[in-house]
Amino acid sequence: MRFAAPNAILGGLIIGVLGVCALFGALWTPFDPLKINFAARLQPPGPVYWLGTDEFGRDVLSRLMTAAATSVWISLLTVTAAVSAGTVIGMLTGYLRGWTDRILMAFNDALLAFPGILLALGLLAVMGANKYGIILALGLAYTPSVARVVRGTVLSLREKEYVDASRVMGNSEAYTMARHILPNCIAPLTVLATSMFGWVLLAESALSFLGLGVPPPAPTWGNMLASSRSFITQAVWLGIFPGLCISLTLLGINLLGDALRDKLDPRMRGV
Amino acid sequence: MARTELLQVEGLSLVVARTELEVVKNVSFSVAPGEIVGIVGESGSGKTLAARSIMALEPPATRRAGGSIRFEGKDLAQLPPRELRRLRGSRIGMVFQEPMTSLNPSMLIGRQLDEGLALHRDLDAKERRALILDMLRRVGIKDPEGALEAYPHQFSGGMRQRIMLASVMLLQPALLVADEPTTALDAVVQRDVLELMVELTRARGTAVLMISHDLSMVARYTDRIIVMCKGEIVEQGTTQDLLRQPRHPYTQKLLAAMPRRLPKRDLSTSVQPIVEVRDLVVEYRGRQGFFRKESGKRALHGVSLAIKPREVVALVGGSGSGKTTLGRAIAGLLDPAGGEIRFGGRSVRRGSEDWGNYRLNCQMVFQDPYSSLDPRMTIADLVREALRLVPEMGHREKVERVSEILHDVGLGDAFAGRYPHELSGGQRQRVAIARALVRRPAFVIADEPVSALDVTVRAQVLDLFADLQQRHGFSCLFISHDLGVVEQIADRVIVMQDGRIVEEGDRDTIFDQPQDPYTIKLLSAIPALEAAANGGVRLRWRFDDMPQGDVATA
Amino acid sequence: MLRFIARRVLMAVPTLFIMAVSVFALIRFIPGDPAALMLGDMADPAGLSDLRERLGLNHSLPVQFAIWFGNIFQGDLGHSITSSQPVLPLILDRFWISAKIVLIAVLFATLVAVPAGMIAAWRQNSLLDLVLVGAATILLSVPTFWLGLLLLILFGLKLEWLPIVGYVSFSEDPLAALLYIVMPIATLFLHEMGVLIRMSRASTLEVLRLDYITHARAKGLSEGAVLMRHAFKNAFGPTWTLIGLVLGNLLGGIAVVETVFTIPGLGRLLVDSIFARDYPVIQGCLLFIAFVYVVVNIVVDLLYPVFDPRVTAE
Repeated sequence: MRFAAPNAILGGLIIGVLGVCALFGALWTPFDPLKINFAARLQPPGPVYWLGTDEFGRDVLSRLMTAAATSVWISLLTVTAAVSAGTVIGMLTGYLRGWTDRILMAFNDALLAFPGILLALGLLAVMGANKYGIILALGLAYTPSVARVVRGTVLSLREKEYVDASRVMGNSEAYTMARHILPNCIAPLTVLATSMFGWVLLAESALSFLGLGVPPPAPTWGNMLASSRSFITQAVWLGIFPGLCISLTLLGINLLGDALRDKLDPRMRGV
Repeated sequence: MARTELLQVEGLSLVVARTELEVVKNVSFSVAPGEIVGIVGESGSGKTLAARSIMALEPPATRRAGGSIRFEGKDLAQLPPRELRRLRGSRIGMVFQEPMTSLNPSMLIGRQLDEGLALHRDLDAKERRALILDMLRRVGIKDPEGALEAYPHQFSGGMRQRIMLASVMLLQPALLVADEPTTALDAVVQRDVLELMVELTRARGTAVLMISHDLSMVARYTDRIIVMCKGEIVEQGTTQDLLRQPRHPYTQKLLAAMPRRLPKRDLSTSVQPIVEVRDLVVEYRGRQGFFRKESGKRALHGVSLAIKPREVVALVGGSGSGKTTLGRAIAGLLDPAGGEIRFGGRSVRRGSEDWGNYRLNCQMVFQDPYSSLDPRMTIADLVREALRLVPEMGHREKVERVSEILHDVGLGDAFAGRYPHELSGGQRQRVAIARALVRRPAFVIADEPVSALDVTVRAQVLDLFADLQQRHGFSCLFISHDLGVVEQIADRVIVMQDGRIVEEGDRDTIFDQPQDPYTIKLLSAIPALEAAANGGVRLRWRFDDMPQGDVATA
Repeated sequence: MLRFIARRVLMAVPTLFIMAVSVFALIRFIPGDPAALMLGDMADPAGLSDLRERLGLNHSLPVQFAIWFGNIFQGDLGHSITSSQPVLPLILDRFWISAKIVLIAVLFATLVAVPAGMIAAWRQNSLLDLVLVGAATILLSVPTFWLGLLLLILFGLKLEWLPIVGYVSFSEDPLAALLYIVMPIATLFLHEMGVLIRMSRASTLEVLRLDYITHARAKGLSEGAVLMRHAFKNAFGPTWTLIGLVLGNLLGGIAVVETVFTIPGLGRLLVDSIFARDYPVIQGCLLFIAFVYVVVNIVVDLLYPVFDPRVTAE
């Protein structure tokens, strides 16, 4: 039963390729992704420009690679921030209970009740669109769901007999939290962080598509798609490749997430 | 005279479709009309799969690899699906183990009962309703009309199992397959439901195939018993013969695993109790919301008890009796609302001066071996953790102590580096016992320590526990719903009901001359065992001649 | 039953209150004079001091909040800076456009996805299951704004079956309105199908393992009756809850689809006002969408006992 599921292999493969592209994109690209070259305007995919060029003659492949690096970086930072903050809040509320818990959770649930991207939109409206604004906005927007999952896990782990056993040994609450509860939160957190990486990447792309993300000329998949709309009749490839990148990445993450969930947290299967 | 068989299973084999692993191997047996036959086996014996395949209801992950099933002369494997469905329900009925999940939670009881009748019988709605009401009355439902318009969650487990029985017996099948029909119920309720089942089937001449892990329960009601182990039938015969002269070693092992009374132990009676509980009151706080406050519920109404050094005191009662709450309060996992716990003559309470000493000397073994061990720690780490707060003990000493106790519980150093998920349930429970004993506590609370285990494993762990108790000489509060186990291990017995102690006394007095009606009810559910020659046993049912009382106690 | 309804509605009160506080705080975080923000760059000094008075800016923050909250309670969300229109009617106009698209898309997605998910679960691990789950996972992974763009390229540009962008209201020209609205609906429909098929399949799998399904089969019921009568109602509960979440999330995320098809919906209004720094409208949109989301989820929860009678008993 130790062999990996096919969806894990496929998902891992896709994410692996993305990771390599992102790493590459940060260090080296075939062409300068920002260099304007009107002579090579709107070139279709060919031997020189593998995936064609855009309205300013910039190489699409290079821009996609740079964008991958940007997206992965933003998503990683955001997920890290949300998971850290959410874990602290979730552990605290799950541990303290009583009124502190109730007020913190009421606040948390109210934030959760803002549908997904809306909270980020509101925050961006105030902070203005740039890379760190996005990280902060999305990080804040996704912290409540982490807090909820961690709190739920802590509450259910508190009912486990091994936590009772630790208390019967005379271990302090803090020790029990650190030794028995926190390590057992890691599995559900891994599952959540994986899915969240996908949500954040999608949200970042959507914000960029709306013009509220990383500002041009820096490429992101979202803003590349947005600017492709004006040239869609002349240059279909501009509208195809960035979307394909987003979709494949999300597919990879979804497949990997499913596999992880099946392995680590059978209760959450298939959702 | 040749028997005319109702059901004839011949050479049945089932495999797991993916791995081709054989889970039921070449199984043959038969059931005559009106006969009650039991299939007994431990988990993994294939008994449930074999029974379900009679109606072609085995899970989709398994595949039939061979054999035939003939029912009333017809080979069920050859029947087209439509013909098979016509038999299901109308000729063969089935009762399931889990009363919480065997009725559809979102469908009215009335509709669920009506469904089978409407499908198989040519009756109009009025006639069906009359039949249903009559049947509900017979299974002891007090307000049948109201029950029709109710959902399953409005009934207790025992009542649901009665409704389940009603639903199946409405169609008067020729064969009833009952898969662990009462395992999920309290001992007292269990007996009532079984008596009802036997009464109903006898009245209609229905044959019963009863699947269970509980040999003594099956022995009480069946004419014949089939013993299964690891997918095979190892022995079958009349109930009498099988119990008195078991031929197969596995049957002998099963019989030997049945708990039995050991000679009374000699404990010096004059010494001071080591643990004393006085007028303990525990209340569960009601849930508090933003808008309302629910009133609390009192779980213990002033309970007092005393345990002497080296003594094993059993705490018995049904679910909701407060026995687990009492154990948890004594262990310091719950804060009592009133009363006092004394250890070694001094009052202890969380935060008090003597609490540290009590904490070192009072340990606990929990019920569920799957939840009581932190899955992310190795066995050695788990056991060693218990020594973390023991003062003045060096690392080397701790390692030696862990190794020693792992040997004591029969695991040895080979298990030290393994993780809980690599261990069987019995092995895990040994680890839990090692963890509780590694500190050499003076007092151990064992909360249903063997009730999650298979019968043969249960017997081994129980023997181990008794042996360790003898050697280490700790006092023990042994919480259990299973009076058989209690009869084997306890020196003294305390019976609880609804948060109060109803009876208390030494083991032989409680088991031989119980006074309280509730104790009598509990005892009537288990047999008294007398060992016969060559590994056989004789079962005697207490109070069988006594009036049964109200049927509808569920 | 009445207590259940009252409890669920009351539960939303703190949520709504905290949401109002958050939105209020959000706008107050912006450096500068709130009154100047509310009136925009073109404000005259008289109007400014008048608004300062009305917002209670010379009072403490709690008093300011009380005044602000009182206005909202009466439906007064202020006036748009760019168009000077009152905010609430503006939002309502745009909301109907978005709501229509979202509701139709989710309705059709539910009608197709729930049976599809059930069938996939019923034939678990079959080829059909594999195809359905695979398709659902792919649909789930394609972002709506790209899916919309693809539909646009295919049906608008290549096949020229449908008009590319724009919006016509039903009252003007029903047929044209339909043509314009088909692609945005199809986009959301396809995406939500992915989400709902997976959910329906997962919860059906859960239910099919349970004893009462085997019990239903043991009664002699046909597979169709087992699925329809016993599995469907119990498996639909989780999907139903998800539909509430989906509706709310779509309202928050519909801006991208409206951008692709240039539809003047609520999402586009929010994004446009973010660009225009039209704070009264931003604030109004945030509050309104959050309010609708809460209401939708209350309605979903109140209907839940239809699928599972156990929840009211708790």
